[in-house]
Amino acid sequence: MYNHKDLLGLRGLMKDDILSILDNARLMKKRVENPSLRSPSLERHSAVTLFYECSTRTRMSFTMAAEYLGMRINDLGVSASSVQKGERLIDTGKTLDAMGVSVMIMRHNLTGAAHLLAKHVRAAVINGGDGCNEHPTQALLDMFTIAEKKGGFDGLKVAIIGDIIHSRVARSNAFGLSALGARVFLAGPPTLISRHFERLGPSVTVTDSVNEAVRDADVIMGLRVQLERQKAAAFPDLREYARFYGITAEILEMAKPGALIMHPAPVNRGVEMTSEVIDHDRSVINEQVTNGVAVRMAVLEMLGARG
Amino acid sequence: MSMLIKNGLVIDPTNKIEAVMDVLVENGVIAAVDGHIEPSGGHEIIDASGMWIVPGLIDMHVHFREPGQEYKETIKTGAEAAARGGFTAVCCMANTVPPIDNEFLVEYIKSKARDVPIHILQAGSATRGMEGTWLSNIGMMAEAGISAISEDGKTVADAGLFRAALKYAAGFNLPVLCHCEDMKLAGAGSMNAGNAAALLGLGGIPAIAEELIIARDIMLAEDTGCRLHIQHVSTANGIRIIKEAKARGVNVTCEATPHHFTLCDADIKDYDTNFKMSPPLRGRADMEAIKQALADGTVDCIASDHAPHSADDKNVEFSSAANGISGLETALPLALTELYHTGIISSARLVELMSANPARILGFAGGSLAVGKAADITIINPDAEYKIDVCSFRSKGKNSPFDCRPVKGRAERTIRAGKTIYRENVC
Repeated sequence: MYNHKDLLGLRGLMKDDILSILDNARLMKKRVENPSLRSPSLERHSAVTLFYECSTRTRMSFTMAAEYLGMRINDLGVSASSVQKGERLIDTGKTLDAMGVSVMIMRHNLTGAAHLLAKHVRAAVINGGDGCNEHPTQALLDMFTIAEKKGGFDGLKVAIIGDIIHSRVARSNAFGLSALGARVFLAGPPTLISRHFERLGPSVTVTDSVNEAVRDADVIMGLRVQLERQKAAAFPDLREYARFYGITAEILEMAKPGALIMHPAPVNRGVEMTSEVIDHDRSVINEQVTNGVAVRMAVLEMLGARG
Repeated sequence: MSMLIKNGLVIDPTNKIEAVMDVLVENGVIAAVDGHIEPSGGHEIIDASGMWIVPGLIDMHVHFREPGQEYKETIKTGAEAAARGGFTAVCCMANTVPPIDNEFLVEYIKSKARDVPIHILQAGSATRGMEGTWLSNIGMMAEAGISAISEDGKTVADAGLFRAALKYAAGFNLPVLCHCEDMKLAGAGSMNAGNAAALLGLGGIPAIAEELIIARDIMLAEDTGCRLHIQHVSTANGIRIIKEAKARGVNVTCEATPHHFTLCDADIKDYDTNFKMSPPLRGRADMEAIKQALADGTVDCIASDHAPHSADDKNVEFSSAANGISGLETALPLALTELYHTGIISSARLVELMSANPARILGFAGGSLAVGKAADITIINPDAEYKIDVCSFRSKGKNSPFDCRPVKGRAERTIRAGKTIYRENVC
């Protein structure tokens, strides 16, 4: 049973912590798919989303998840709030706490912001992405999707391709998948990977060879190329990125037959993946979205009920 | 494509050979190297008595000015100058107009290179347009066949960007060749900062402008694991920094030019712009340090930095003049005269410096006379005495500080893939 106040990251979580969330998500998925099964189990609780970095799908996914649980959920509207008047994060958190909020869901451009907030509020804090650190619910929905399709994690080879050093998705997956017994291969341009990332887990391998990562993989996960990272001189242009690090039908051939194709979306079509791959019958990119709501319902229920 | 070269002193340090032997070439390939090979008819017989038979020389640093400045040199005229200088392969720098920063431009160079007698290797720029702000298409150019990355002509000032270029190039297994010069430290100088500049009243470029970047680039190479090659090192301290790095195990090599081991700043007279180059001619102690480093192994190769210019580029005030000398046709004679005949280096070391090592650094399949290799061969007459005459240059660039200089030794015949691409009158 998940027994923590907050969900800040997957680093340090036990295998059972993660599995209990995934088990709960399995029940929640039925409620996502079938409205007649939904029950307002959290109707007495409220949640707030604080998005210091823009997001549409993660925020919407949390909002839908809360609503399916009967929760009252409001968005702080960071851009129009007292944050713009220079309010410190801790003070914002304490104000919301004083209003009786049960769950705070935050995305922040700075690493560790969720941890800082969690330390100063009674409410449960869910990290919706902090800086270059973690995005635990994304990794949980990825793992949920993998479990659904592959039945388990032992010995699975998961290739994560792209901008590794700036990706909180890659990091959370590396922590979580390692804990569950999968082998994780992280690959990308030499400027966007780091050998130090092998320390993320006991079975994490870092390589600049997409082929090595994809060979005999059970799961291939693309990451969004963030054009704003280009300022950091990571690669010449999208054309060259697609040529050497894009996932094509040809690359896919090297993976195991039946390998899953995943992406946290939105996808830059023709850059990190070709349309052929995105729309492939093994692509589960749209199912990931459904599973995202289920996983977030599970997390909200487990944390919200404690408040 | 078949020939029998007889009675020459075969010098092939890669295969540890230095003996009077015959070399048989068949179908453009070295078929045999032996003490005595019987002519079997159908072969052209070349008497190389008194000559050296060495693997085709390789100049890993030339500017052929194409595309964009064909009035200074073309790939064709540059290749002819190279063949006359004894070179069967050269590596062209990327600072053409426009600079070579994507694979389409590499294909353009390859289309021109098909019709010339020597191997044209190409360097791609590190940054787009050589503007120092954005990475070039390093991967695409690697796939199109470039041999190295080089921003030659300048330094990528942004250390963060340059570190990314080194990492990225290493990912494509390309060496990075560095022109080391801090532009802020070089300032508006036009010759080495020192007594000579003081006497002439010219602004000086301090040695530290070069040494600081040599040190920076070595540290970045160590950090990224990229293969680094320092171009045209010109100062004693630069040599010391490289020597220390090599001793520490850093993957760094370097080159020196004939003008930096033959001339020093005191030789600059009458504001003769043929003596203007980058890096500038340094002090006498620097020149001596370079000679010593060529002998002791710190310097890995001799590269000409062949930089042809038109008369109009040079017939201007010293500080306004273009940098560089037309070097392909004087590199070998100067190496023989200044280094070999003076006893500073052996003949085998000369071949290492001018063929085996550049091949190794560029990953080029030349630099040795092993049986089965393409017959790229230079026949050298080490004893021919004459005076350099820029009018005889095949290069369009007649800009040389060595006009009328007496030298001893030259390429008598240059052979690429078994075909004679240049021959002097005698051999």
